[in-house]
Amino acid sequence: MYAQMIKSEATADDPEKLAAFQARIDAGEKIEPKDWMPEGYRKTLIRQIGQHAHSEIVGQLPEGNWITRAPTLERKAILLAKVQDEAGHGLYLYGAAETLGVSRDELTEMLLDGRMKYSSIFNYPTLTWADMGAVGWLVDGAAIMNQVPLQRTSYGPYSRAMIRICKEESFHQRQGYHIMMKMAQGTPAQKKMAQDALNRFWYPSLMMFGPSDKDSVHSAQSMAWKIKMNTNDELRQKFVDQTVPQAEYLGLTVPDADLRWNENKAGYDFSQPDWSEFFDVLKGNGPCNTERLAARNKAWDDGAWVRDGLMAHAAKKRAARVAAE
Amino acid sequence: MKNEWPLWEVFIRGQHGLNHRHVGSLHAPDAELALKNARDVYTRRNEGVSIWVVEAQHITASAPSAKGPMYEPSESKVYRHPTFFDIPDEAGHM
Repeated sequence: MYAQMIKSEATADDPEKLAAFQARIDAGEKIEPKDWMPEGYRKTLIRQIGQHAHSEIVGQLPEGNWITRAPTLERKAILLAKVQDEAGHGLYLYGAAETLGVSRDELTEMLLDGRMKYSSIFNYPTLTWADMGAVGWLVDGAAIMNQVPLQRTSYGPYSRAMIRICKEESFHQRQGYHIMMKMAQGTPAQKKMAQDALNRFWYPSLMMFGPSDKDSVHSAQSMAWKIKMNTNDELRQKFVDQTVPQAEYLGLTVPDADLRWNENKAGYDFSQPDWSEFFDVLKGNGPCNTERLAARNKAWDDGAWVRDGLMAHAAKKRAARVAAE
Repeated sequence: MKNEWPLWEVFIRGQHGLNHRHVGSLHAPDAELALKNARDVYTRRNEGVSIWVVEAQHITASAPSAKGPMYEPSESKVYRHPTFFDIPDEAGHM
């Protein structure tokens, strides 16, 4: 998802405390920042929430690419509002991660030097306006699949950030689908563009859920701690089942010759994405990895004088106030 | 980092007549910018009519371990609730 391949950290805590902690989670209690928590829980959450926050921030880049070239003023205003929301979502999540004892600047620096990841999906380029439709419909659609259950996660600040995000996320998916509807009902060239966007974003969207984790020990620990609510396969299946009829409504074809309704499981059988491509993108070899990280590094470096200048200004004003008292 | 903007906690009054409620936090160099950032981050959809910001370091919080001694005493004082007292119906509305 926005957080992929999160390995849960081993925990070397007192077994009695661990059992009491697990009992609180099993009883549906929320864990709050100052409560005792296993070191592994804290570290895994920092990595997961941090990666999720980074994804929201980096996720602004592929869509920001089209703000100045939106086809109408209204579409431009909508896209601007959506990208602003992504910044907000990143900030809610950074705020949640910081309650676990990591600073905002530490998180940012770990993104910038590659120690922390962001979702693989944002390493794909947005080549046409139809991609704004596909991103909203498929990428935000996949994100929602994961974020809705995470509203019930055990960590209070994370849960509250997810609740805020989910309230705003539905607009993102619907505006994307709306773009796809317009394109699919437009000229033959526009419909072709919509189909092309679906072709390129289908498998990368399926990859967002991460590889099958049926047998993963890490996944089991995270599920016991309620920081992961469903398996990757469950969510992927749900996403396919929801999305295929939406593609049919658009008159577009999902690029999978083996896609078939399976009456027995009351869901679709579908092809897996190319997992070697996924691991390659995670390693940094996707089409846009270099560009994305370069853009984030440039923004951070170019903004340094502003951050420092505002701090200096604040210190000066504070000193003047003290002198006046 | 050496010069990180301080953390501020944000409280918003959702509607006239309600209390301000904690909604989250943000970083800003001073109170003025904290207010502006709070507006952008936390009220994009009409969520508020008033914002308070306070630097996080100025908040004093109770410790989770103090839960027992802090709140248990009030559990045994059921007479603080009106339902503790049986008043006959004949006395009328009270």
